[in-house]
Amino acid sequence: MASPRLFRPAARLLSSRLSTAATRPAFRQTACAPSILRYRGYATESGTKEVTVRDALNEALAEELESNKKTFILGEEVAQYNGAYKVTRGLLDRFGPKRVIDTPITEAGFCGLAVGAALAGLHPICEFMTFNFAMQAIDQIINSAAKTHYMSGGIQPCNITFRGPNGFAAGVAAQHSQDYSAWYGSIPGLKVVAPWSAEDAKGLMKAAIRDPNPVVVLENELLYGQAFPMSEAAQKDDFVLPIGKAKIERPGKDLTIVTLSRCVGQSLNAAAELKQKYGVEAEVINLRSVKPLDVETIIQSLKKTGRLMCVESGFPMFGVSSEILALSMEYGFDYLTAPAVRVTGAEVPTPYAAGLEALSFPQEDTIVGQAAKLLRL
Amino acid sequence: MLSRRLQPKGFAFASISKAQVPSIASHRALAHVANLEDIPNEEDKPFSVPISDDSFETYHFDPPPYSLETTKKQLKHLYHDMSMIRRMETVADSLYKDRKIRGFCHLSTGQEAVAVGIEHAITRNDKLITAYRSHGFTLMRGATVKSIIAELLGRQDGISFGKGGSMHMFCESFFGGNGIVGASVPLGAGIAFAQQFNDKQNVTINLFGDGAANQGQVHEAFNLAKLWSLPVIFGCENNRYGMGTSAERASAMTDYYKRGQYIPGLRVNGMDVLAVLAAVRHGKEYVQAGKGPLLYEYATYRFAGHSMSDPGTAYRSRDELKTERAKDPISSFRDKLIDWGVFTEDQAKGIDRSVREVIHKEVTEAEKSPEPELKAEVLFQDIYVRGSEPNQRRGRTIDETYYSR
Repeated sequence: MASPRLFRPAARLLSSRLSTAATRPAFRQTACAPSILRYRGYATESGTKEVTVRDALNEALAEELESNKKTFILGEEVAQYNGAYKVTRGLLDRFGPKRVIDTPITEAGFCGLAVGAALAGLHPICEFMTFNFAMQAIDQIINSAAKTHYMSGGIQPCNITFRGPNGFAAGVAAQHSQDYSAWYGSIPGLKVVAPWSAEDAKGLMKAAIRDPNPVVVLENELLYGQAFPMSEAAQKDDFVLPIGKAKIERPGKDLTIVTLSRCVGQSLNAAAELKQKYGVEAEVINLRSVKPLDVETIIQSLKKTGRLMCVESGFPMFGVSSEILALSMEYGFDYLTAPAVRVTGAEVPTPYAAGLEALSFPQEDTIVGQAAKLLRL
Repeated sequence: MLSRRLQPKGFAFASISKAQVPSIASHRALAHVANLEDIPNEEDKPFSVPISDDSFETYHFDPPPYSLETTKKQLKHLYHDMSMIRRMETVADSLYKDRKIRGFCHLSTGQEAVAVGIEHAITRNDKLITAYRSHGFTLMRGATVKSIIAELLGRQDGISFGKGGSMHMFCESFFGGNGIVGASVPLGAGIAFAQQFNDKQNVTINLFGDGAANQGQVHEAFNLAKLWSLPVIFGCENNRYGMGTSAERASAMTDYYKRGQYIPGLRVNGMDVLAVLAAVRHGKEYVQAGKGPLLYEYATYRFAGHSMSDPGTAYRSRDELKTERAKDPISSFRDKLIDWGVFTEDQAKGIDRSVREVIHKEVTEAEKSPEPELKAEVLFQDIYVRGSEPNQRRGRTIDETYYSR
């Protein structure tokens, strides 16, 4: 499992983002939030490489643009500006303005246009500068993209990928901080993935582009600059992760923590603290895919540990956690030895002030505290 | 100058009094300039027919030529196609009243000339997308009457296998049938984008109603299409009412063909199939020459209510309805063809009879089609492309969860 490689202090120096820049000068970092992994550190096994989520996404996009002539990427500032978050850096130079297209600020328009192009047989990648802006175009994503294949009795497919940063970023207040996992996760006809690590990002992005259905890729701005080890296999251009399969990031026997996106990292740190403080082994499941949801992996884990906690940063009501708790009751009630609990974003429009903002989203101590309570420690 | 029937009562024409507007009779006279000797005997021999000089109003755009090259065969075909749509819609109306069709059913009676004129100006490689009043377009794009009626009846042999209904029908080069007012317009721009991306020399006909014309994303699509010079002819099918709200009560400016601002526009008499045909043929040439998009307005009229629950009388006067019905696109075209000697009254009746027979036969077959099987496999099929489905999809209860593998 992934956990042993995550906590080796001796390798701290190797995880510096500088090493990434040296090997990939074309994709040099811009200023961004410091990687938490710099402080954590881990070893680089032979063949593995430190790659940021941003570079992994960039690599996935470049490989798919290269191999599939029907793909193109469009969105605000994706071309000349190199991407608002530099995810599409260098793609214009490499693939030209026909395949990498700047749009005006007109979400309903360019999203609808991308969906139309998909209906006509192309494989567009539609970038939203953030998913907060995709609300302007959510009708196109749901009514035009997700439902058309069914409404046509299966004769009109729509192969499109919607991507962009989702959820909370630091200090951007209410209109730029919402997590849409539950919104898109509830729609039949869509597939929804939420990568955490660099391998997730590359494998899921490539899977999303190749999938013949509309797929929503919910990235996270705070993860873009984080570096993760990427295995030799993942560095190859045929690396694809299955959509709908969760990954056990850390095995454990006492508690199942189901989580996604940025909260995976927080949950892994919390699990380490639980081990250190209480000697508890928490199993951390990285959902990777919100829709379809890997119910089997969750229930298998629950069967083993008897206790379930969900950690996510969306609004609490009718959210991803609510769904997983409901599923745990439907499929795993008999295995539960304590009521399942959830740690979520607070039911509040995200405040700007740093202290209040911290109170609005799960922190590592929130996770540790809730787990300790659940385990009656 | 445009005849009275084409004029929404927008400010632009507020000063024109009724007396200045030519009557229907004079309108007919304007169109009737062909020499009868000019009409060849052969069905396939091309000849020119005049287009009434009040058929077009332009906006930064040269009008189409006022004569149209056609054949007797094509003229009869136009009449036949309009009659097919009318008859099919009439049957749908009675099936609805017999409670065999459920939910939505938006009829296009009165607007047949638009669907037929467009189809005869384009090829099957050109694409078409429209909004919810889509039965006529679906038929014109090559769907069978049986598949359309079976869809309305919610049967297995429906064009969408009973899963789409009135507003959601698709076939080759036809992208629906879209139920969200305004949302199909950016989609149409995207279809045109794909044609440009693939270096195809085709156009996309992108239709919406006067009701949709005020949606923001329609204007977003205009902007993108002009910006990227997309091969698309936007078409506002102005039937004067968005549900029950007249164009004048909904739009600050009812010259829809001018609302592209930076896009050349043309208002076409949408009650005259030849005018529509000439306009779209002309527009297609313009767009194919790489000159960018066009915005057309087809001035037409909806004889039926908005949907089946609407008798269509609360918001418009019986007099207005009567006046508009007198300009029926099918009967006026029929009179014209008889006048021109393209067919005789008896031959026209023969076409009418065969249309009725064909529709009757197809509808009878549609009614024989079974309903979709009531099993999970059918219910959950085609949410995702086959072979890429999730392992499980939840039913109403956990027991009804469908496992595909």
